[in-house]
Amino acid sequence: MYTQALNTAETDDRGLEDAAKAAQFQTRIDAEERIEPNDWMPAAYRKTLTRQISQHAHSEIVGMLPEGNWITRAPSLRRKAALLAKVQDECGHGLYLYAAAETLGTSREELVDAMLAGKAKYSSIFNYPTLTWADIGTIGWLVDGAAIMNQIPLCRCSYGPYARAMIRVCKEESFHQRQGYEIMLTLCRGSDEQKAMAQDALNRWWWPVLMMFGPPDATSQHSDTSTKWKIKRFSNDELRQKFVDATVPQAQYLGLTIPDPGMIQDADGHWRYSEIDWTEFKQVLAGNGPCNRDRMAARRKAHDEGAWVREAAASYAAKRAQRRTAQAAE
Amino acid sequence: MPVVNIEVSETPLVLYALRRADDALILGHRLSEWCGHAPMLEEDMALSNIALDLIGQARELYTYAAKAEGKDNDEDKLAYLRDVRQYRNLLLLEQPNGDFAQTLVRQFFYSAFADLYWRAMMTSRDTTLAAIAAKSEKESAYHLRHSSEWIIRLGDGTDESHARAQAAIDHLWAFTGEMFAVDDGERALIHADIAVDPGTLRGRWLTTLSEVIGEAMLKLPQNDWMQQGGRVGRHSEHLGHLLSELQSIQRTFPGQTW
Repeated sequence: MYTQALNTAETDDRGLEDAAKAAQFQTRIDAEERIEPNDWMPAAYRKTLTRQISQHAHSEIVGMLPEGNWITRAPSLRRKAALLAKVQDECGHGLYLYAAAETLGTSREELVDAMLAGKAKYSSIFNYPTLTWADIGTIGWLVDGAAIMNQIPLCRCSYGPYARAMIRVCKEESFHQRQGYEIMLTLCRGSDEQKAMAQDALNRWWWPVLMMFGPPDATSQHSDTSTKWKIKRFSNDELRQKFVDATVPQAQYLGLTIPDPGMIQDADGHWRYSEIDWTEFKQVLAGNGPCNRDRMAARRKAHDEGAWVREAAASYAAKRAQRRTAQAAE
Repeated sequence: MPVVNIEVSETPLVLYALRRADDALILGHRLSEWCGHAPMLEEDMALSNIALDLIGQARELYTYAAKAEGKDNDEDKLAYLRDVRQYRNLLLLEQPNGDFAQTLVRQFFYSAFADLYWRAMMTSRDTTLAAIAAKSEKESAYHLRHSSEWIIRLGDGTDESHARAQAAIDHLWAFTGEMFAVDDGERALIHADIAVDPGTLRGRWLTTLSEVIGEAMLKLPQNDWMQQGGRVGRHSEHLGHLLSELQSIQRTFPGQTW
């Protein structure tokens, strides 16, 4: 999921490239063919995808932090094991996506360095804090729910390695979503205190989750190329509406109230939500969310403190290779 | 409603299962602290995976302890509602993660033991323990391979990694003796072929250690003084902090279902 920031596609520089190749490329896209790593592709397509896939990977990795915050405090051993397995899955998604991005010619190290330098983005949602156990349920239910909404269409993305990665990721996300909903269900069937905890979490996460789909279509100027290249299949607002329509009945079943008094169901059955506070969204993207600094600091700390370990592994591998060569020469 | 610690009737069999369950949970907890903070993503995955194995072992052993006790306790009450003095894990396993070298040396010392121990326990006359041992042995064989490879990489890597690995070995060595100690209750289980005598495994454990540490160009300490106390609830100061975190929700919201 977590692809909101991708709506800043490259300016179209295909004019500089072979017009015939570009036309042929577009014909393949229009015929729903998959583009593979060794195929010719416009530089802007490569660049857009590298950014989108790496942002997605960064989001998976940074996303480990808010949920990881509760692993040591999970309220039962069953919940602990499930949460740890889930966060481990997110890490696996990150690795898988970095590998997909590498097929476009940029190394994982370069991509990670760009993120640590603050040059690459990750999903805004992970800049909000997890304050109670109900936040873990809410993230599974809503954040992973929104992720699935975003990612299902990406399973048909024109770039083969990304599309294939998304198929696997979606399966796991769907499991996470059910797990999150089950946490919410348990809380909502529990004590008044637990139910209040669940409602409070929904109140805090609802609007940030709606922002995950990115800016409204009216102000989003960059989706055209992505749509033409069949990277993006639905607009931000379309996906957001689908998500809201799917989520409202789930909240009703839980007996929770969506924190939007202005929400109404229209004649077509769609739940119309109130105006989203886009100023908050912009602030979070600009680095001013409640946890931006903490998240970056945690990732940089892990990276810096792990440097000697990575150096040791590299040094050992080099020594071993050298010894083998020396042995072979004897 | 005040949250009181549960009482556990520690018959030799209950105590036996609790000790191993606490070992697995406390080490699993420590490893889970790395999740999201490891030196590389592959190690986030690996350490979480090992933690998951250990938490799984803990759940089976707690459930068995509760069954053997035959009262109202269950895996969560045993994990969440006993205080420091009631915990029975090895001191080694509650030691803080420290740097990556300290975490991996702790893991190596323990996995080299656990692998031998669970393999021997597969022939226990207690069929539940034998089944838990069979599963745990498969897992600990992987844990041992993972930690051995890292000990060698760190020892034979850079000057810094070598120094850090040696410092971790020197620091943690005094906590290894406890793995091989046995009290009277456990002695009775050993005589009944329910448990195995860990003391008989020490020679092979030392052989594993010497091989790996030798290849890593590191040294085992000469110091023979060993710390003890974990098995009877005399812990380091670290465990109380670990438990206050682990148990925080259960202690704050007593008696609820999660």
